[in-house]
Amino acid sequence: MSSAVEVRAVSRTFGGRKGASVTALESVDLSVAPGEFVSLIGPSGCGKSTLLRLIADLDTPTSGELSVFGKPARQARVDQDYGIAFQQAGLLPWKTVTGNIELPLALHGVGRSERKARVSELLELIGLTDFAGHYPDQLSGGMQQRVAIARALAESPKLLLMDEPFGALDEMTRERMQNELVRICAETQAAVVFVTHSIPEAVFLSDRVVVMSPRPGRITDVIDVSLGGPAERDDSLREDEAFFRGVAKVREALHGVPVAGARGVDTR
Amino acid sequence: MTRRSAPLGRLALGALGIAAVIGVWEAYKAVAPDTGVVIGGTTVLPRSSDIAMPHVWDMFSRLSDPVIGTIGDTMWQTVLDAGLFTLRIAAFGWIIGVVVGFALALVMQRFTIAEAAVLPWIVLSQTVPLIAIAPLVRRWGSQITIGGFEWQSEHSVAVIAAYLAFFPVAVGVLRGLKAPDATHVDLMHTYGIGWWRTLFSLRLPASVPFLLPALRLAAASAVIGTVVAEVSIGLRGGVGRLIIEYAQSASSDPAKPWAPIFAAIAVGLVAAAFVGLLGLALKPYRRSEIPA
Repeated sequence: MSSAVEVRAVSRTFGGRKGASVTALESVDLSVAPGEFVSLIGPSGCGKSTLLRLIADLDTPTSGELSVFGKPARQARVDQDYGIAFQQAGLLPWKTVTGNIELPLALHGVGRSERKARVSELLELIGLTDFAGHYPDQLSGGMQQRVAIARALAESPKLLLMDEPFGALDEMTRERMQNELVRICAETQAAVVFVTHSIPEAVFLSDRVVVMSPRPGRITDVIDVSLGGPAERDDSLREDEAFFRGVAKVREALHGVPVAGARGVDTR
Repeated sequence: MTRRSAPLGRLALGALGIAAVIGVWEAYKAVAPDTGVVIGGTTVLPRSSDIAMPHVWDMFSRLSDPVIGTIGDTMWQTVLDAGLFTLRIAAFGWIIGVVVGFALALVMQRFTIAEAAVLPWIVLSQTVPLIAIAPLVRRWGSQITIGGFEWQSEHSVAVIAAYLAFFPVAVGVLRGLKAPDATHVDLMHTYGIGWWRTLFSLRLPASVPFLLPALRLAAASAVIGTVVAEVSIGLRGGVGRLIIEYAQSASSDPAKPWAPIFAAIAVGLVAAAFVGLLGLALKPYRRSEIPA
């Protein structure tokens, strides 16, 4: 079985004016197994969003090879092999919750009754059944983001790409959304590539955390955190010894040195 | 307290506004000396004599009198006909202007190079005085005969109205087509749909909040353009011509020149109301997303 995402020696250089160029990514290797949850974490400018955009074929690598389910990224995009969610929910303001969720289905010619069935499934999954007819401006930020995730899942992709989807939410909403994402992932069996700034978020959600560093953007460490199946990942896990150890490991990898007092949990 | 006042309340406010204008006019007329206020040979405040500032009720009662003498068509019939004539040409000009403006905006959005090449000319076009281009348009038009179609002066007037009307549409629609967030554009790209489908499912709906003010501006421009072009081309039958004609009797019949001015205002109101109706029809597209 081919891996969900295969990145081989990928570099991305942005050409500036007058020959000045910025290396956003330098010879990055990464492999994501089907159903695996991988977080990309690192300071601003480490190229984690660039890497995600390359996988999504929103950008093309300067060199190296990139495949999604064994196909070139472009083909995977055209075949709708992945769903994507951004930091901004990016809902269309003139469409209802239903209209937004079924947008990719409608654009790809899925019939009305089939769309309706799929939307009601997804509404149940994100717990917004009562809001089907609401418009985005009538929803809270967390609700908008849930709708965006439902939209990303509309075509039952086996890969979910998420670029700081909870970055703009408050801490309480954020933790609740994380709990829900764990549940949704368990139900959909999709692999996830998840870009985040938050160490606890990465540790809580991921099977593996990929630590990146800037100038030039590269992968410095990959940390196995697997804190157990979705059943064990609830709020009590956030106070668990294993969770703190994971946080400490990721933080050490990020800072390059062991951090004293590993018990202190930085929220970001 | 309601955020949006009821339709009746808004109507009352509108009437209050008109009443206030009439009140100020009449109050000034009652208080100010007939010869105005002159300080050191300079008129500081205008004359308020019946010739310079007729009573509002005289202006209105003049509408029900015949245009000339005591028999013939009444004034309101005449200006109503002229108003409809002008409205028809303005509507024609508006439609041409909207189509051309829209087309230009689409081309400019699609091709960056077109924007760089065309936009400066669009801006420049509006600096040319109308009275300068009116005779040109008329002369060029008079050389056009296609089949049974023969170019009339009113076509020239409509073209000039369109010349004013296309500008706000081109600029407003271009702005609107560029309005979608990068996130939205990326999303459409991930759906693998091309420029045309992105246009219909994203850019056009997103441009509506920019489109409506542009259409309203275009409507006002089309009406002004029509009235001015009627004067400079010398087209009979419209409000523009009547304004010039009746201004000549300002001293003998001071309420008379106001009749075509009211007609011009009425034409403008009808045009604005029409765009307002369009806005109602497009209401679902005027929602905005509260940032998450």
